[in-house]
Amino acid sequence: MAILPELSLLSAAVAFFALSLSRQLDSVQIRNTAVSFGIVTFICSLISLGAHQVVFMGAYQVDLFSQFFKLVISLGLVFVLIAGQNLRDIEQEIRPEYYMFLFLSCLGLMSLVSSVELITLFVSLELSSFSLYLMVPMRSDQKGLRMQMEAGIKYILFGVFATGCMLYGMSYIFGLTGTTYIKDIVPGLQKVASEPAAFFAVVMVLTGFFYKLAIFPMHFWVPDIYQGASNETTGFVATVPKLGAVALLIRFVILLPGHTSLLVDLLMVLAICSMFYGNLCALVQTDVKRLLGYSGIAHAGFILLGLLTLKVSGYATVMYYIAGYVFMNIACYMVLSNVSAGGENLEITDLNGLHRRQPMLAFVLAVGLFALAGIPPMVGFMGEFMFLAGALREGHIILVSLAAVNAGIAIYYYLMVIKAAYTADPGDRPAVEINGLTRFTGVILVLIILLMGAFPSKIIAFAGTAVQTIM
Amino acid sequence: MDCLILKEGFPLLSFLIFFPLAGAVVLFFFSGERFARWWTLCITTVEAIASLPLITGFDTTTVKFQFAEMHRWIPQWHINYILGVDGISILLVLLSTLIMPFCVLASWRYIKTRVTQFMICLLIMQVSMVGLFVALDFMLFWVFWEFMLIPMYLLIAVWGGPRKEYASVKFFIYTMAGSVFLLVAIIALYLKNGSFFIPDMMWKNYSTTFQMLVFLAFFLAFAIKVPMFPFHTWLPAAHVEAPTAGSVILASVLLKMGTYGMLRFCLPITPEATFTLAPYILWLSIAGIMYGGFTALAQHDMKKLVAYSSVGHMGFVTLGIFILNSRGIEGAIMQMINHGVTTGALFLCVGMIYERTHSRELRLATGVGKYMPWYVTFLAFFSLSSFGFPGTNSFIGEFLVLAGTFTVSKPLALAAIPGTVLAAAYMLRMLQKIIWGGTDNPDQSYLNDLGFREIITLAPFLFFVFWIGLGPQPFIDMMHTSVVNLLQQLGEWQQHASVAALILQ
Repeated sequence: MAILPELSLLSAAVAFFALSLSRQLDSVQIRNTAVSFGIVTFICSLISLGAHQVVFMGAYQVDLFSQFFKLVISLGLVFVLIAGQNLRDIEQEIRPEYYMFLFLSCLGLMSLVSSVELITLFVSLELSSFSLYLMVPMRSDQKGLRMQMEAGIKYILFGVFATGCMLYGMSYIFGLTGTTYIKDIVPGLQKVASEPAAFFAVVMVLTGFFYKLAIFPMHFWVPDIYQGASNETTGFVATVPKLGAVALLIRFVILLPGHTSLLVDLLMVLAICSMFYGNLCALVQTDVKRLLGYSGIAHAGFILLGLLTLKVSGYATVMYYIAGYVFMNIACYMVLSNVSAGGENLEITDLNGLHRRQPMLAFVLAVGLFALAGIPPMVGFMGEFMFLAGALREGHIILVSLAAVNAGIAIYYYLMVIKAAYTADPGDRPAVEINGLTRFTGVILVLIILLMGAFPSKIIAFAGTAVQTIM
Repeated sequence: MDCLILKEGFPLLSFLIFFPLAGAVVLFFFSGERFARWWTLCITTVEAIASLPLITGFDTTTVKFQFAEMHRWIPQWHINYILGVDGISILLVLLSTLIMPFCVLASWRYIKTRVTQFMICLLIMQVSMVGLFVALDFMLFWVFWEFMLIPMYLLIAVWGGPRKEYASVKFFIYTMAGSVFLLVAIIALYLKNGSFFIPDMMWKNYSTTFQMLVFLAFFLAFAIKVPMFPFHTWLPAAHVEAPTAGSVILASVLLKMGTYGMLRFCLPITPEATFTLAPYILWLSIAGIMYGGFTALAQHDMKKLVAYSSVGHMGFVTLGIFILNSRGIEGAIMQMINHGVTTGALFLCVGMIYERTHSRELRLATGVGKYMPWYVTFLAFFSLSSFGFPGTNSFIGEFLVLAGTFTVSKPLALAAIPGTVLAAAYMLRMLQKIIWGGTDNPDQSYLNDLGFREIITLAPFLFFVFWIGLGPQPFIDMMHTSVVNLLQQLGEWQQHASVAALILQ
């Protein structure tokens, strides 16, 4: 019962493996199968929300914390599947494989948030990463597009480097404490808290997750991979895997004994660099996906603001914010993958006059971007506010001021996209047709973004309880 | 929480906030231009009528917040949903509910494309305007303060003039950039007090540095909204490009949010910084009055002329606020209402001529007096009101402000007086050109005079011009108790501070 969502994902992956062997493929059937598996997984996650169990010889812990993330992962998966249902730039023959890797990647993420043992954790992380490495180059090269190959190679090289750092850190942790179980690592590290090696080990492990979350200076892969991968793939890469990274960052930051002021300083510097780097680079982008990639770097900086409070309320805010972040971004990517007629990348000008070509998508895009920009009462604002309030409570006045400045900078580039969609003349750009399912999902996403922002207290309280269970 | 008089029974203020929202949601499902117009007119009229019990039920003898409502919202951060009105906010709430039906009427023909969406924007705008003036929780205030940017941005960006993209983005970024530190200040105040309840934050002994920083954060945000010279540059652009209804809302209600913020937050929360910085702000106000006057004198675009005159008028409001006596502040609040009525009406007038000539150029609108007698009658009265002719509303406000200024500082008052002369100069110049023009008037014989709808739109404004101008006492009565209390607290605080300073010496 406890690992129902994982089993559901695994069966989905196996099913798609079987489908990939078949010769006669119907794209509508494949899509419907994928969406149904996504919904089944979501239902499974709902069922097993309250489960509490330790399985696989203590390596795998199902608790409220992990189930919270699994629920958001599965919901995000459903939205990604619906948002990217067209797969215009993925060739028909490899679509089953594409979905197989997508589900495997989610399986990796789900087992990642439940792993409480370093080897399990590593295997889960690699399962999720390697599926992504394969999904990125799966873009049709019929039209002579070669960008995806470059993106795929970059992704794997940067990824392997980050993994290397993380493994190195893990080896230190094992060397210092003699165990790979997180619950034993905590007291073990406390004994050697004064050793620089302990600090070094934890920071190296964190590096791996900084890479996933795209925090400066581990962000270099973001813009190129976002640009090179197809719109649908980027919609997944940019959203759901961040949940796993955040979950593990929380698990590891909680670990660190002593030396916390040093860690806080480090996180602070990284947060400021990420925010400024992401926002300033985003200002000059013309490709929407690159723009969203840089904005993602800036948002990762904001997430560190919550982590570095080292408080339950801070972690709860991070969980709330990352969930909101996933939905805001999926809303934007849903618009991109529907507007892009042949699956090509979109310039900001390609969104011109979207409010005439498809008012619904323009509205979803505006809500998503305004939410990312942190306009109340949407979820992005509430998260941002709680980050600022939490950090200010810890006395980081300079950090908070710089973050506020960044919120001011960020509005410009979001507004440029909204401006294109709402004020520019469509010219001869064609109208965009969307089906009922997309329409419905758009409404649901908008409602989630608005309601999560207007009534955050329940979710924050739930996330707080979830964090308590792992401390 | 003892400064609240909780309202039993029907939650009137919540109704006023959320009723237009419900109306907007309905419009999401029924689109049809005719329906959208009539529906929005109905909603805003019902809203205006529903706000009338605020006048009848308002107790002018108490300083407490009336019609108050209180609910928990986000307990983790002690954020509550608290509403209430007092003498400072009640007139502004009424202004924003009463003006909306006329904005709808003014857009009846003016808006030709995407009518439903336009009406949704107007209704959502109303939600945030009313919400902002009645919010007593700082986070609630902030939510409305920021959220308002979206409908206003869309009003300018989608239905605006030729340079709408520039104007709307400038408006958005200017206002947003000004208010990012406001949020930091709000959080800092929360951390000192443990709650976001606004009255809890007032009259506390914060340190001097803290007060100065908070005041500056407040002031930057509010001065941009007002807009005070030299933060005014977004205003002419936004006004010129906005559709008529957008200009009216912008001039009548949005600008008041800045001065309301100064009265509600700057004075009571950071009194020490207010006393220290008031002289500078006073001279900045004078600069705004003069600057607005001279720039308006040079305009060829009617909307720009009225927009720059706003800068001058709002200079009088800030002058009245920071002169820190009861005449000044009462005059400032009166002037806020007057500016809402008069400038709103002037923008309506400009919009009406624009609908006919499709130009806002003063040169192309010369000599219409012969063909549009009704129109120029209205225009003449509003122009007279705009430069504070005795017997019209602005006279009362400006007179009170200047009288208050005289009792404090003669040089300051003398410096402000040329501003009123300038106002007469630019308004009469515009009036002369529009009514009579010169020998080379363009052919205006094709113009029709005002229709029934347009007269209905303008008449109530004229009514208020004369009512406030001839019998302002009911209006002053409504605010008097709150203003006196505010100044009394300020005086007590100052005495307290000087005693403390003596002891320290």
